[in-house]
Amino acid sequence: MTLLRLSGVSKRYGVVRALDDANLTIKAGTLTAIVGASGSGKTTMLRLVAGFEAPDAGRIILAGDEVAGPGGMVPAHKRGVGLVAQEGALFPHLSVGGNVAFGMEQRSREAVAALLAAVELEPSIAARMPHELSGGQQQRVALARALARRPKLMLLDEPFSALDAGLRTSMRDMVKRRLTEEGVTGILVTHDQQEALSFADQLVVLEEGRVVQAGTPRELYLQPRTEMLARFLGDTLMLESFVADGEADTPLGRVRVGRSTRDGMSRIMLRPEQVRLVSWSEGTPTAEIRAASFEGPVTVVTFSSGPLSFTMKVPSADAPLQGRASIVLVGTGHVIPRG
Amino acid sequence: MSWRALGLPQHFPTLVAAALVALLSLIPLGFIIGVAATAGWDHVAALVFRPRVAELLINTIWLEGLTVPISVALAVALAWVTERTALRASRWWSALLVAPLAIPAFVQSYAWNGAFPDLSGLPGAVLIGTISYLPFVYLPVAAQMRRLDPALEDNAASLGKNPGQVFWMVVLPQLRLPIAAGALLVGLHLLGEYGLFVLMRFDTFATAIVDQFQSAQGAAANLMGGVLAICCFVLIGIEAWTRGDRRYARLGAGAAHEPARYRLGAWAVPSMALLAATIGLSLGVTLSTLVGWLWIGGLAVWNDGQLWASLVQTIVFSLIGAGVTTLLAVPMAWLSVRAKGAMPRWLEAAHLYAGALPGIIIALALVSITVRVALPLYQTAATLILGYALMFLPRALVGLRSSMAQAPVELERAAMSLGKPPLVAVWRTTMRLAAPGIAASLALCALGIGNELTGTLLLAPNGVRTLATKFWAVSSELDYVAAAPYAVLMILISLPLTVLLRRQAERALSR
Repeated sequence: MTLLRLSGVSKRYGVVRALDDANLTIKAGTLTAIVGASGSGKTTMLRLVAGFEAPDAGRIILAGDEVAGPGGMVPAHKRGVGLVAQEGALFPHLSVGGNVAFGMEQRSREAVAALLAAVELEPSIAARMPHELSGGQQQRVALARALARRPKLMLLDEPFSALDAGLRTSMRDMVKRRLTEEGVTGILVTHDQQEALSFADQLVVLEEGRVVQAGTPRELYLQPRTEMLARFLGDTLMLESFVADGEADTPLGRVRVGRSTRDGMSRIMLRPEQVRLVSWSEGTPTAEIRAASFEGPVTVVTFSSGPLSFTMKVPSADAPLQGRASIVLVGTGHVIPRG
Repeated sequence: MSWRALGLPQHFPTLVAAALVALLSLIPLGFIIGVAATAGWDHVAALVFRPRVAELLINTIWLEGLTVPISVALAVALAWVTERTALRASRWWSALLVAPLAIPAFVQSYAWNGAFPDLSGLPGAVLIGTISYLPFVYLPVAAQMRRLDPALEDNAASLGKNPGQVFWMVVLPQLRLPIAAGALLVGLHLLGEYGLFVLMRFDTFATAIVDQFQSAQGAAANLMGGVLAICCFVLIGIEAWTRGDRRYARLGAGAAHEPARYRLGAWAVPSMALLAATIGLSLGVTLSTLVGWLWIGGLAVWNDGQLWASLVQTIVFSLIGAGVTTLLAVPMAWLSVRAKGAMPRWLEAAHLYAGALPGIIIALALVSITVRVALPLYQTAATLILGYALMFLPRALVGLRSSMAQAPVELERAAMSLGKPPLVAVWRTTMRLAAPGIAASLALCALGIGNELTGTLLLAPNGVRTLATKFWAVSSELDYVAAAPYAVLMILISLPLTVLLRRQAERALSR
């Protein structure tokens, strides 16, 4: 069942086109991550869905009702859309309990305690003031506050960006668990691709106000539609290769690309983890190791193969440090369409 | 450094200097306490518990109880319109709302008196009080409104609150600090103001004190000064209580987007009407009246040696007074920024709270003390300057403190590590960086002194006539036309004040 649909949504600020004919469908009960560089329109999309701004064109349908479009606009406080902002945006003049109870129809100490427990906080924290909390605690309170209204849709606007790395992962897992268990549809806006890939069922990529691709994280990671998107989601190797009979002859050796690919020169994308460096044997594609720098679990290896030179991370356990290695390509190469 | 070798605290010489200034600034309070203590209970009771004092107290309560809430409500409404709505030319409206700061309250009163002779008593006092002191609330409230985190309002809306509820539940509570601070300033000015209420024929403690002082009833004046001081401390207490100890600053430093400005729609006409009415009352009436009188007076009124002599005297006293005040504030400002601990905090409280007493109490204290123990100093320029210094010490301290705080101590250390001796290092880094702030605080003090009336009336030596006292003398003879040039000169030299105060209000919040 579709919970949210954006069709042909555009929004300008002066001469800046923040969103340009954006289309998007989100199913109920799923988690979606919207990613894009800064200025790509992701925050604008969130503000339009929340109801803080009105689109210039297009319509937004939420749970079957048009909330923005030619027929007018439903204001934010009547949409039933939850929001967790950057750094929580807790009300500084209210206690934690006051913040959590802020949107409740009927306030009760028990309900506040239950919500705090749901975000893994002690009930005693209800009496504290927001500035007495750590960044992670503030975000948990912000989530509890938004959950109190049992929203159909929860918007998460870079909620983890102010937290440090370890905390970020545990918060992300907690939020994901919470939303999934409560059956709340979630939209996460982030510029951190790692976060997006591990959080979402659906990944939406924005570029200059347009949705360039939407799909599962796996699909977007392995089969991105553009080179920019490929690079945005992780390290890439781009290889000009001759394709024949579903196989590409890359400078690093042969790799499968699927039967449907047309024969001829193509641009093939590989992820670094598809390239294995193994002990050298005669008659295989050869890597001349130029440099290796140890970084703990991985080692950054620079090697050359023919006229080309590559740098990539290799698991330290069997990283070649000098001399020669044989190159083995695994999985399927992805053909980037020429744009 | 040698005092450290003696086991004395790090800032010892500065502490001593600040303590001496704190003692000076406690003179008025000590004087009031001394009078009450030596007069004997029966005497105090006979002079304080009488119908006249009760009447003045009731007048004061009415005056404060009406003017302060009206000013707060008006200031919040006006700040909302200028800061948070899509009003055209909002910067200009805002500047016009602050501009009345350039007009001394007693000049407002005098102009209104001429334009509407029937306006007097409580209604007149409340009206003139409100228009004169409104900027004291409007400035901090508007500055705070500009820096509210709009994410909070967005969140409240997403939690199901309509715009009205968002204002009451989220915006207003965050304005508590500037409202409390502004309301206190208005309240204290109402308590200390003399000229405004004389012209409106409305009796307050300040007018009664001056009356009794001039009719040589010193003891009664002094004890009434005590009652007035208690009123001031009651106001300060109320302010501390409403302010609370909770923090309202925004959490974190997230990149806030510009707060949304609401479309006025159907509210456009009432909003513009409110703005126009406020500015018409606070600037329009007074300025048009003054222009009218200048027109009648023609060139002749300007061709008056006394006018220019009093301008020169005003400028000289203002500059000397501001210099002395700023110098006296330096040790405390230094300690406030650099030293931690209970002692500096107590000294700072002495500097600030004693200075919250009205100029009239400071003047009374200096007159009585010089008459009794230092007659040669009675009605001399030195005493007048000391009076100014005590009145404007808090103003200088606040300005110096914030400008010195902008220079990190690391710069001094860096200068010393580059081979500069400590005093040279301080002079070339901290003082250099603080210089614009120090200049602004000097100017603020000078402008305050230039318009000071009550204290100058009591303390000025024979022959000293500042613009304010000369204006007062001429307007007391109901010669409106002859007084107009003095009023105009006071307004002109005060205009920079409005710019400075506006900038300071914005900076004070960013600390």
